[in-house]
Amino acid sequence: MITLSDVTKTYGDTTVLGPLTLSVPGGGITALVGPNGAGKSTMLTIIGRLTEPTTGTVTIGGHDITRTPSRELARTASILRQENHFVTRLTVRELVGFGRFPHSRGRLTREDHRHVDQAIEFLDLGELEHRYLDQLSGGQRQRAYVAMVLAQDTDYILLDEPLNNLDMRHAVAMMKQLRKAADELGKTIVIVIHDINFASAYADHIIALTRGRVAQAGPPSELMTRSTLEEVFETPVEVRRDGPHPLAVYYR
Amino acid sequence: MADTSTSLPTRPAHAPDVDRDRRSAPRLWPRFAVLGLVAVAAVVGVLVWNIPSTPGSRGFWLAVEMRFTTVATILIVACCQAVATVLFHTATNNRILTPSIMGLEAVYVVIQTALVFFFGGAAAAATDGLAKVAIQSLLMVGFATVLYTWLFSGRRGNLHVMLLVGVVLGVGFGSLSSFMQRLLTPSEFDVLSARLFGNLSMSNEAYLPWAALVIAIALGVVWRRRHHLDVIALGRDTATNLGLRYKREVTVLLILTSVLISISTTLVGPMTFFGFIVATLAYQLTGSSQHRHVLPFAFLLSVVTLLGGYFVLRHVFYAAGLLSVIIEFAGGLFFIVHLLRKGAL
Repeated sequence: MITLSDVTKTYGDTTVLGPLTLSVPGGGITALVGPNGAGKSTMLTIIGRLTEPTTGTVTIGGHDITRTPSRELARTASILRQENHFVTRLTVRELVGFGRFPHSRGRLTREDHRHVDQAIEFLDLGELEHRYLDQLSGGQRQRAYVAMVLAQDTDYILLDEPLNNLDMRHAVAMMKQLRKAADELGKTIVIVIHDINFASAYADHIIALTRGRVAQAGPPSELMTRSTLEEVFETPVEVRRDGPHPLAVYYR
Repeated sequence: MADTSTSLPTRPAHAPDVDRDRRSAPRLWPRFAVLGLVAVAAVVGVLVWNIPSTPGSRGFWLAVEMRFTTVATILIVACCQAVATVLFHTATNNRILTPSIMGLEAVYVVIQTALVFFFGGAAAAATDGLAKVAIQSLLMVGFATVLYTWLFSGRRGNLHVMLLVGVVLGVGFGSLSSFMQRLLTPSEFDVLSARLFGNLSMSNEAYLPWAALVIAIALGVVWRRRHHLDVIALGRDTATNLGLRYKREVTVLLILTSVLISISTTLVGPMTFFGFIVATLAYQLTGSSQHRHVLPFAFLLSVVTLLGGYFVLRHVFYAAGLLSVIIEFAGGLFFIVHLLRKGAL
């Protein structure tokens, strides 16, 4: 379980997040949705200790993130940001290997190689594993980053827009893999996601943010209503319920 | 059953993967071997080439002994410049900077100038010795440590602000130095400028063992952290995610950099461009992202460049003093050509 109590983030006089007090249930996929600038990424990076909150405390699986040694946290939770750029030239396999650093401190064991192989296979990167990152397309690179985070093998996985740059096939595959990781491996996955329909189809829990506050939270079936979505996204939305999960139609 | 049958064929596939990983290391061996041999040849060449006495005689060994000081100095400087620059690139996550941006060399120049300005050229020469050199190095490291820990720790700690302050202070010290230099008498200015040009054959012998000791400790720390360095090079967010205390690690790196640069500077004076060239070539020639490859390779390149250049200038052109000028010129050209051919940093 992830808990936030009284978390705020301010830049100067502007409050971009909070005060937030909420808990994300352990297990399953939780999707953070909301309009641009609602504070989704800020919330995620605060949980992942990449951004320092102005006030408040955060715990992940019982660890207070400011008091727990960073090394221990790295074996509990992993986070992937939206933009990643490295000055060093890495192959996919080298990058994924870095995910094992919290466990092996840089010397990969047989066990580490097994995790790396699994993560590579999991994200369908087998043919690309010896290619350099700068030789890949944006979507392939995105999968490589996610593979690194999966190789880290943590109970909590925080992903900021993992579907960025992915085509239809790979976006669906990614969400299926995350679903599988949550169901079979018992991972707790928190994702920031723009496509509300992916959240509806795959998440167990949706948290909708607007202007730094929680507007609504609950299972997709509760949240996917015309009134809620229109209030959160400030856009006319129609919700169709004629399929296996509710779909928002908002294109024109 | 279907599960086991699908997972079985993937198992043997792991073996070649591990092999391929291991194969990337031996691929570098030829390059290391060639460069190592050239480095050894350069050391031996500078030590024994063109000694008038017969090899093996007492006079011969005396000459070798005298030249050994120069070789030791060059080895130390080569090591300092190469390692410091790679560490600085890793710490700042930027490969087009050089540690001189931190203003350390400007501190050295201002100390030297102030000494001549306030106490005269005679005093500057009279106080030469281990104590002065040690105090000078301590001042430079102290300056850097205060700057880094003050600016980089705490909530607002920001690497770019820190670098900017370093640049501004460096320029400030530079202006202060040139102001004082304007007011010197020509003879005193002459004494001063002889000290401010990088000169490899003019180093302080008594200082060498101490410098070597400090460097050995610094290198020990660096080598133990080599895997950490690989992670730090991925940037703040990824390094934090992988469980490193980023600010602490980077502060340690910056302090190590300033220790190495201050030793090199007090030994032979400022060398702005050299470490940059060596580090950049090491990245491109090893093609490796791992510090355990890049650091030794940069060191060897650095030895070959400095000792090789020294040898050629001394025994072919009879102009040993010009080495630093030539290295910056030729190295700069080579660097630009390499850059243009590759088309990217």
